[in-house]
Amino acid sequence: MTAPAQTTRTTNALPGIRKGKSRMDPTRNKTAAGVAAWLMALLFASPVLWMVLTSFHSENDAATNPPSVAANLTIDAYKEFFGASSGVSPWPPMINSAMASVISTILVLALAIPAAYALSIKPVKKWTDVLFFFLSTKMMPVVAAILPLFLFAKTAGVLDNIWFLILMYTSMNLPIAVWMMRSFLAEVPVEMLEAAQLDGAGLLLTLRKIIAPVATPGIAATALICFIFSWNELLMARVLTGVIAGTAPVFLTGFVSSQGLFLAKVCAAAVIISLPVLMAGFAAQDKLVQGLSLGAVK
Amino acid sequence: MSSATTLASRTGQRATPNNRGAKARERAAAWARRAPLLPALVFLIVVTQLPFVVTLVISFMNWNSLRPDETGFAGFDNYVQVLTNPDLRQAIITTVILTASVVLASLAIGLGLALLLDKKFIGRGLARTLLIAPFLIVPVAAALVWKHAILNPTYGLINGTLTWIWSLFGSNTPPQPDLLSQTPLLAVIISLVWQWTPFMMLILLAGLQSKPADVIEAAQMDGATPFQIFRYITLPHLRQYLELGGLLGAIYIVQNFDAVFTLTSGGLGTANLPYAIYQTFYFANEYGLASATGVVVVIGTIVVATFALRTVFSLFKKEAAR
Repeated sequence: MTAPAQTTRTTNALPGIRKGKSRMDPTRNKTAAGVAAWLMALLFASPVLWMVLTSFHSENDAATNPPSVAANLTIDAYKEFFGASSGVSPWPPMINSAMASVISTILVLALAIPAAYALSIKPVKKWTDVLFFFLSTKMMPVVAAILPLFLFAKTAGVLDNIWFLILMYTSMNLPIAVWMMRSFLAEVPVEMLEAAQLDGAGLLLTLRKIIAPVATPGIAATALICFIFSWNELLMARVLTGVIAGTAPVFLTGFVSSQGLFLAKVCAAAVIISLPVLMAGFAAQDKLVQGLSLGAVK
Repeated sequence: MSSATTLASRTGQRATPNNRGAKARERAAAWARRAPLLPALVFLIVVTQLPFVVTLVISFMNWNSLRPDETGFAGFDNYVQVLTNPDLRQAIITTVILTASVVLASLAIGLGLALLLDKKFIGRGLARTLLIAPFLIVPVAAALVWKHAILNPTYGLINGTLTWIWSLFGSNTPPQPDLLSQTPLLAVIISLVWQWTPFMMLILLAGLQSKPADVIEAAQMDGATPFQIFRYITLPHLRQYLELGGLLGAIYIVQNFDAVFTLTSGGLGTANLPYAIYQTFYFANEYGLASATGVVVVIGTIVVATFALRTVFSLFKKEAAR
């Protein structure tokens, strides 16, 4: 601040030249930020890395103090997870989870895409009100509705039925999907829609040639987000399913209490069951925040 | 009639002489616009709003499925019990502490990480991917790993690392804390902060990357220090994103069930409201009491949600104006 304003301006006008102020040295700042960011990244990733490493250790190497980082690698824990000695197969719950996630995602898209169309391309009156109604339903805690759903399922005989859970997951993800799809469809240029209309293009042709090319990446991102949420869900699955329709998270709750030496097996289970989410999440990395913020942040 | 006239006046001389036909056609067109919306809307109302109405009704009933003959109208008894029952009162306090501390801590750390990731450095993409990883582990799986592989007092990663560090200095009496039984709520909070920080970081990073570069350049030209730029330009710009992250985080974390269920099974004062409700109806079969507790959660959520919706709306308007 002591230097005359005129001098500061002239030096800073040339980009990259900022002498005499070590405090603002950009390269040093950048290095420090990089080192700090990397340290934090490793700290945050360490439980994940530890989980993966432990899953490839033998049970004896997994349960040592201090930890045996360099112990021999083995896939025994994975064999155990798939029921090598217990005979309990994790496949039925994983197939249930896959069914619940994939089918509910398809249903969500089938309902959300037309709805998003009616909220963006050919908007109904008061479309913002409708949009915010969708969002407000997502703010209601699941626990506030779970008892009637449980009682209904019990009375109707659909308790422990994967199709009932699929409907629940559809309603859980529908608001998010409507919000995401609306913002994607809003990117379809109005001029192109008008031009198509003037040229006499029908609805199907417009959908296929103009809307689909813009919306397809958005549909993929929305699908991945809905898949992740359904795959992760525990409370509804825990209450509404049991032995037949139990999902992977419900299966994981079997590991809550310790059972002797089973650390590597727990880690193997966590790795396998998280793998679909990790893949979907990294694929949709850029759209993740949009889905989580219910479409509010792009 | 009035809508037809306004339409006619807006579009000039295009209104047909046959007013009734035009009105019918207009109505048909409005329904054609609404049609794609209706399946989603109806489905959502039936599956989410209807059950809540039932919850509301049950909350005023005396209903324990183990004593079906005592079922009847209970007035506000259940609500009185929610506020006087020590377990449920404790659950309310736990929920508030858990939500507030996780949201504030993950927002603060997330802000720091977002500011670091906003700068260019070697391997930024990989660092970002590593930072997102906690959010991409199935929550139950993450809680299991924290419980057994990280916080376990005898062979968990934390105590194992302490042993290793102490042994470097020739000591064989390292501290071996047992967070899960000594400070169970803190253990739940730590694992949730770990899980939610990436979420906050992503929202704040999106906010940082949308900040006006020209304003900052102008400030730099005028000799503003990095701290001044952060305090007077970046932070006000980020306010909306901080609010959004905090409010959405609060709405998600109030509902948390997985971590409490897995890490401590609600023991030692860690039972939050969702877990308490689950216990009340699933094991104690107290349907009326569970419903009243559910309604209390909804009332609490509405307060937060109103602010959340307002923040989303202001961001939404900004985006629409762009």
